[in-house]
Amino acid sequence: MEFINIGIRSIFVENMIFAYFLGMCSYLAVSKNVKTAMGLGLAVIFVLGLTAPINYLIHEYVLREGALKWAVGDKLAASIDLSFLNFIVFIAVIAAFVQLTEMIVEKVSPSLYGALGIFLPLIAVNCSILGGALFMLGKPFGLAEATVYGFTSGIGWLIAVIALAAIREKLKYSDVPKPLRGLGITFILVGLMSLGFLSFMGFSL
Amino acid sequence: MAETQVIEKEEVIKKESEPLFSKKNRRLLSDPLDGNNPITVQVLGICSALAITVQMKPAVVMSLAVVVVMGISSTVISILRNTVPARIRIIVQLAVVATSVTLVSEVLKAYMYDVSKELSVFVGLIITNCIVMGRLEAFAMANKPWPSLLDAIGNAIGYGAILIAVAFFREILGSGSLFGFKVFEAIGLEYQGNGLMMLPAGACIVVGVIIWAQRARNGYTEEN
Repeated sequence: MEFINIGIRSIFVENMIFAYFLGMCSYLAVSKNVKTAMGLGLAVIFVLGLTAPINYLIHEYVLREGALKWAVGDKLAASIDLSFLNFIVFIAVIAAFVQLTEMIVEKVSPSLYGALGIFLPLIAVNCSILGGALFMLGKPFGLAEATVYGFTSGIGWLIAVIALAAIREKLKYSDVPKPLRGLGITFILVGLMSLGFLSFMGFSL
Repeated sequence: MAETQVIEKEEVIKKESEPLFSKKNRRLLSDPLDGNNPITVQVLGICSALAITVQMKPAVVMSLAVVVVMGISSTVISILRNTVPARIRIIVQLAVVATSVTLVSEVLKAYMYDVSKELSVFVGLIITNCIVMGRLEAFAMANKPWPSLLDAIGNAIGYGAILIAVAFFREILGSGSLFGFKVFEAIGLEYQGNGLMMLPAGACIVVGVIIWAQRARNGYTEEN
């Protein structure tokens, strides 16, 4: 039940795009058609879902204040606080993971690599991945919750990007004022969609 | 230490060949302010532009943080550009950016704790701000440190200008104040805050309208 709740919260209530605007750059760049949007969305779910627990473990057992208890004993561990290294370690994990995934996918399944190929490197600098890791720190999560959080945040991102891509495909046939075309109208659209998602506010099971 | 020395040396060489603020270098600074603005034209670094612009103060602090981070990382990457192998350049760039962001974040925590709390994860997210990475890839990897520094600062200021403009409209329309100072009350008017502007949606709409206004003036259009 708790997992379902976390899932619903991170897909609808705290949607990465509509509540925090994380991952907007690639969001705007790939939402021109549904197919590419789908590709990047799946890649985001995959990377976010796997880096969230990895980063959680690293923070819990290495970087947190007093986290090194298992290695150097209670007394010494209490005096060590490595959390200022959070940013560097998290981004290194994400970048390394993305690179690794790219290599594995290339080797194991060339067809999937063809589909995801160009999107994978983009993901290393997608704010939603690092944002997910950083938001996780502020919540009282265990390993299982962190994994669920990672996956469902990714799903929220996928839903948002597909919805926008579908609207933009239709938008080609509408008569938008010339200077507003493209980026301008897309922003206003995202604003309106974000208003729509507000209706999920406070929703929980 | 060694890095700063290299910078000084490069500058000396530059002075001999062309003036420090030659026409070309000035363009590096001024182009991103309007015609080639990172947010409204290049579409980079949108996340933070929307998330932290509810009030002026965090927006200004964020802009300064980005100026510092971009200045440091563009210069360092530009110095390293010939020694970094192409395959691992992304990780090297991220490491440099993450280091300078950590520096900025610790300084903010030490001297401006309340603002740093308000910005929360968004200081950390400068690392993945596409403007930083974008300029590193597109400019610093191919140019000398001094032009790279100018280009980075120009882009960071262009970014900051939009950030502050958005924050200006959102704060004055949303809560009728600027930097927390009640403008409408001060001139004897009553102002009922507009809740839409405080919401994330308000930011999107303000950015959309700013882009509209800028493009209407420039005559720049996009097919789509």
